[in-house]
Amino acid sequence: MGSELYFTKDHELVRKAVRDFVNREINPYVDEWEAQGIAPLHDLFKKMGDLGFLGIRFPEKYGGEGLDYWYETVVMEELARIYCGGIPMAVAVQMSMATPAIHEFGSEYLKETYLKPALKGDMVSAIAVTEPDAGSDVAAIKTFARKDGNAYVLNGSKTYITNGTQADFLTLLARTSEEPGYHSFSLFVVPTHLPGFHISKKLDKMGMRSSDTAELYFDDMRIPAENLIGSEGQGFIHQMMQFQHERFAVLPLTYVSAREIIDETVAYLKGRIVFGKPLIKKQVLRHRLAEWLSGIECLKQLTYHIVRMKMAGQDVSKEISMGKLFGGNLINKIMDGCLQMHGGMGFMNEMRVSRAFRDSRLMSIGAGASEVMSDVIAKLEGY
Amino acid sequence: MATGQKNSFDKYFTKAHQQLRMAIREVIKKEVLPNINDWEEAGEFPAEFYPLFGELGFLGIGYSEEVGGTGGDIFDVIVANEELMRSGSGGFAAGIGSLNIALPPIIKNGNARQIERFVKPVFQGRRIAALGITEPGGGSDVANIRTTALREGDCYVVNGSKTFITSGVRADQLTCAVRTGGPGARGISFLVIEKETPGYAVGKSLKKTGWWASDTAELFFDNCRVPADNLIGDENTGFSIIMENFQMERLQLCVMANMTAQMALEESLKYTREREAFGRPLTGFQVTRHKLADMATLVDVSREYTYRVAAKMNAGVDQIREVSMAKNFACSVSDRVTYDAVQLFGGYGYMREYLVERLYRDNRVLSIGGGTTEIMKEIISKLI
Repeated sequence: MGSELYFTKDHELVRKAVRDFVNREINPYVDEWEAQGIAPLHDLFKKMGDLGFLGIRFPEKYGGEGLDYWYETVVMEELARIYCGGIPMAVAVQMSMATPAIHEFGSEYLKETYLKPALKGDMVSAIAVTEPDAGSDVAAIKTFARKDGNAYVLNGSKTYITNGTQADFLTLLARTSEEPGYHSFSLFVVPTHLPGFHISKKLDKMGMRSSDTAELYFDDMRIPAENLIGSEGQGFIHQMMQFQHERFAVLPLTYVSAREIIDETVAYLKGRIVFGKPLIKKQVLRHRLAEWLSGIECLKQLTYHIVRMKMAGQDVSKEISMGKLFGGNLINKIMDGCLQMHGGMGFMNEMRVSRAFRDSRLMSIGAGASEVMSDVIAKLEGY
Repeated sequence: MATGQKNSFDKYFTKAHQQLRMAIREVIKKEVLPNINDWEEAGEFPAEFYPLFGELGFLGIGYSEEVGGTGGDIFDVIVANEELMRSGSGGFAAGIGSLNIALPPIIKNGNARQIERFVKPVFQGRRIAALGITEPGGGSDVANIRTTALREGDCYVVNGSKTFITSGVRADQLTCAVRTGGPGARGISFLVIEKETPGYAVGKSLKKTGWWASDTAELFFDNCRVPADNLIGDENTGFSIIMENFQMERLQLCVMANMTAQMALEESLKYTREREAFGRPLTGFQVTRHKLADMATLVDVSREYTYRVAAKMNAGVDQIREVSMAKNFACSVSDRVTYDAVQLFGGYGYMREYLVERLYRDNRVLSIGGGTTEIMKEIISKLI
């Protein structure tokens, strides 16, 4: 309710198009992709690119649709209806994690060569920041790009790279100086077909099974100097900006997928007769559901508030961090509780709730752990 | 303080308990730990463990020698449970331990012939036993089971199905709750149904969030003719047998929850001391230290309460209320501690190669199986 305050008929047309696509082209295949541990992203992204979903909020000049953040929110809300977390995550990488920095800071060459094909679905992208010894502590990364003539020579490794086994290019953060401080990093577009690129292994995860995650390493890999995004030494700052898009994308995915699982749980509770009455009539369960729905509504309204701030050109770092922190805790609580309401059935893989329970555990870890969000909020409050 | 006095604090476990603990730990370390990851992936552990553990006397711990057991008290059972959990696999512990829920109804209510046939071979590891209560249409609502057993001459004809049966794929015999009388709690009896009985069918091994090394099955009975001799105790007294059996099962679930939390805590302590971020180990952050302190406090309190309840059960004191409280408390502790452990490990905690990832998944069933948290609260509310 109340969504008509923000969404017009045109938004609803996009919503319907994405929903139809999800129902037709994604949901029937999710079980298969979950079992295989990977999804055919080149094929899927091509279809989504053709329909204009991937570039919904990017300029038409670079293969986008030139629409605003409300449309992006609509697309994310509908992707959250996919029967797993892995595919929405893979798409969010393409739309909100690996491409925004190229758009905001990249040269015309990079936009033409990488952004445009990514938004059209002709290339699969990945974001490469985390390293085995540098997760939340981004500044601890060791991967080094040494300038050598008109190239950078890349050495090091990255881990937890979503889409990492099939990406055509990585948006990668590397050190370009040994100096301490935040001006020793640069952001690059790293095409994975160049020599020196290696996939160490595909990682085996608790959830998000349909999304491939890789550990990568770079052995004297020569990257053309023109693949530097923005200017040298600005990479850390560029990436912090890019993180805001990444973390924003998580918000609609959280409140819609949580609502989906609640709806499914309610349907189960209505049909399940225990001690002579449907479980939905149990007061304790009704109150639990009411509390979760209140949390979901708060997160949704905060998200819409953030979109309004973004539209007004305001800085939303604090609000996004608060949404991510709140949402990460909320979704874990809801998925755990919904599984509990299914009893023994909830522990069985055939139930969507058991997958949602495993998938959602990542939400308070990935894209900046809850602890990092708390640190950011405290810092922005001036503590 | 004198040493003698110090020992008096440790009264739950004697030297004999300690020796048993070391013996089991040694076997787990040597025979189980090197392979457990493979068995988890494969969805079962080798069946040879039943005769092996039978020969070592591990399967009969806590049961009298008269019925083929190894002897020992409730703390021997706890020791065995704790050390099986050291395999790092709740599925292994649950699978090898399914006899602990399947045999007590027979031991307490069965006749000499039944003990000979259905109890002793299980302790020897020659037969695998499972307990069958839950049905697709009814989990917590035990009094409403629908599987029927109609008396026909010297047989009961059984029709219906059971689900979530631990060791159900491999079980040679099922201690099965059936309806022999009218509706409700007073129409339930226990039959031992053997795998070879015509009409007994095993569904596929169920895929689960955790407990992968344990086989869990749905079982079907289609005009299964079970000898009337296999009736355990008197007809229509099954409900009280179920309720009595639940007490030990719940105590063992407490132990599983406490051990799951204990291992998650140990892993977290090790990791946070080694892992550096922002130039210092994770333990250099106050929030981490306080989180670890909370985890350790909860684990200690829960374990001590479980031991206290166990000591009273050992002395024959009724503990229905207390063991229900202990289960809820232990599970809430293990829920929180395993969640926090994964959080402390960050991305690594989400990867299958790390123990905390499995502990998190395995833990999830503990507040569901053996009576859900909600059912425990219903019981507690009636007894306070």
